[in-house]
Amino acid sequence: MIGSNLLRVASIATIASLAFGTITANAQSLIINEEELMITQAPAAAHLENLDEVFSGWIYRTKETQSLQLDDFDNPGMIFVDQALDEWAKVDGSAGKSCAACHTGGPAEFAGLRTVLPRWDDEAGAIQSMEDYINECRTERMQADAWKWSGTSMTAMTALISLESRGMPVNVVIDGPASDAWEQGKDIYYTRVGQLDMSCANCHENNYDTMIRADHLSQGQTNGFPVYRLKNAKLNSTHARFKGCMKNIRATPYKEGSDEFRALELYVASRGNGLSVEGASVRN
Amino acid sequence: MKRTAFLIIGATAAFAAMATAEITADDVVFDEYGSVAMSLTGVAGDAANGRDLFKNRKLGNCLACHKNTDLSDQAFQGEVGPSLDGVGDRWNEEELRGIVSNPKNTFEDTIMPAFYRTSGFFRTLEKFEGKSILSAQDVEDVIAYLQTLTE
Ligand code: HEC
Ligand code: HEC
Repeated sequence: MIGSNLLRVASIATIASLAFGTITANAQSLIINEEELMITQAPAAAHLENLDEVFSGWIYRTKETQSLQLDDFDNPGMIFVDQALDEWAKVDGSAGKSCAACHTGGPAEFAGLRTVLPRWDDEAGAIQSMEDYINECRTERMQADAWKWSGTSMTAMTALISLESRGMPVNVVIDGPASDAWEQGKDIYYTRVGQLDMSCANCHENNYDTMIRADHLSQGQTNGFPVYRLKNAKLNSTHARFKGCMKNIRATPYKEGSDEFRALELYVASRGNGLSVEGASVRN
Repeated sequence: MKRTAFLIIGATAAFAAMATAEITADDVVFDEYGSVAMSLTGVAGDAANGRDLFKNRKLGNCLACHKNTDLSDQAFQGEVGPSLDGVGDRWNEEELRGIVSNPKNTFEDTIMPAFYRTSGFFRTLEKFEGKSILSAQDVEDVIAYLQTLTE
């Protein structure tokens, strides 16, 4: 299908994909800093009815884009992680506190957190994303202003916290009190919207690994978020990506931080259960 | 001066005639196989313009999903749908009019958008509300072009 890319497939990946019986495009192993192996291909979770396997979006990027994620020195997203580290130590708000004042163990306290977000939160009585928890600390414990959902400070902080889970498999919970939101997210995923009348599934489930004009379609997984995109040269949140995809099909997007996008975020994350957290990843 | 005025009046008259002959998107009649027998405008399609619409990213953008050797100078050609080489041999004018206007009548559950449809959408962006992707004449132009794709 994408002949020239297939020729570049590394032997390990070829054997793996033959074993699974599917074709993957530019596959090679994603090993970061020559030591951290990411799971970019995994058997689909039981709740995924129409897929046998799931793939990280990294697999479908060009060699050039892929290589930017192989070393943190080459990864432009890491600049924002550094900025977030400064922010972490900075006092803000009328309580006179920084993140570090409460989280004395440093960002490492949050190892594993990215893998289970978004999740049902009893106290909030709702699905909460990482952005919600960060803003809860800012407004309630620091008495500081909430950050904009996809603002620079927010996406940088989510990158810093996600980095502590890098390599760990996504493992969001979809049953119990989360099940209503999960069903709602699933509904949104399969509903055709906009003048182009398409659903997320039309592109990311039925047509992944094909070219749509200049774009190589992935499964639209969220394990790489926040994502540094070469296109806008910044970190992008999952909700911003959902918004972009909806606008492309000429649909009115839901609002960033809305219940609809939290539900969709939970559902899409669950489709990637088993794939490594990559944030901050690099995409085009 | 006089000539210009005459031309303008002439053009307006032509538009008025077109507007009365044009079938609105809601009134297009599809047969049970999804074909549309009647021209949407009564004006013969312009294949050269149809070729432009086919590649234009903001209009037809058919290349997003379809390969087409006739446009091999265009770098990025999609793979979501079948190649349209020889499509003029496979489908006649009425079938092509149906497929481009609303392919869901020909191919159930297809991903291909309806290019001449204005209602029945969900959450359409305000600026596209009540509008079709292509105009009636655009569709006639595109199908005139598709008919030139023979092998
Ligand atoms: C018309 C096709 C199309 C539709 C419909 C669509 N997307 Fe996308 N999406 C793309 C393209 C193209 C990209 C960029 C290449 C890629 O990663 O697939 C993308 C990227 C993404 C990514 C980033 C993946 C990564 O690894 O960086 C996510 C997440 C995503 N889409 C989710 C969605 C969701 C959720 C919906 C429905 C609300 C949706 N998309 C609808 C075309 C589409
Ligand atoms: C988002 C994808 C997409 C776009 C954009 C698109 N198509 Fe299609 N088209 C398809 C798919 C997929 C099929 C196959 C039908 C099916 O779904 O089984 C198809 C089928 C066709 C067929 C029948 C082809 C055959 O050989 O049987 C024609 C003709 C056609 N398309 C014309 C067009 C034209 C003209 C345009 C632009 C004005 C266009 N398409 C835009 C996806 C698309």
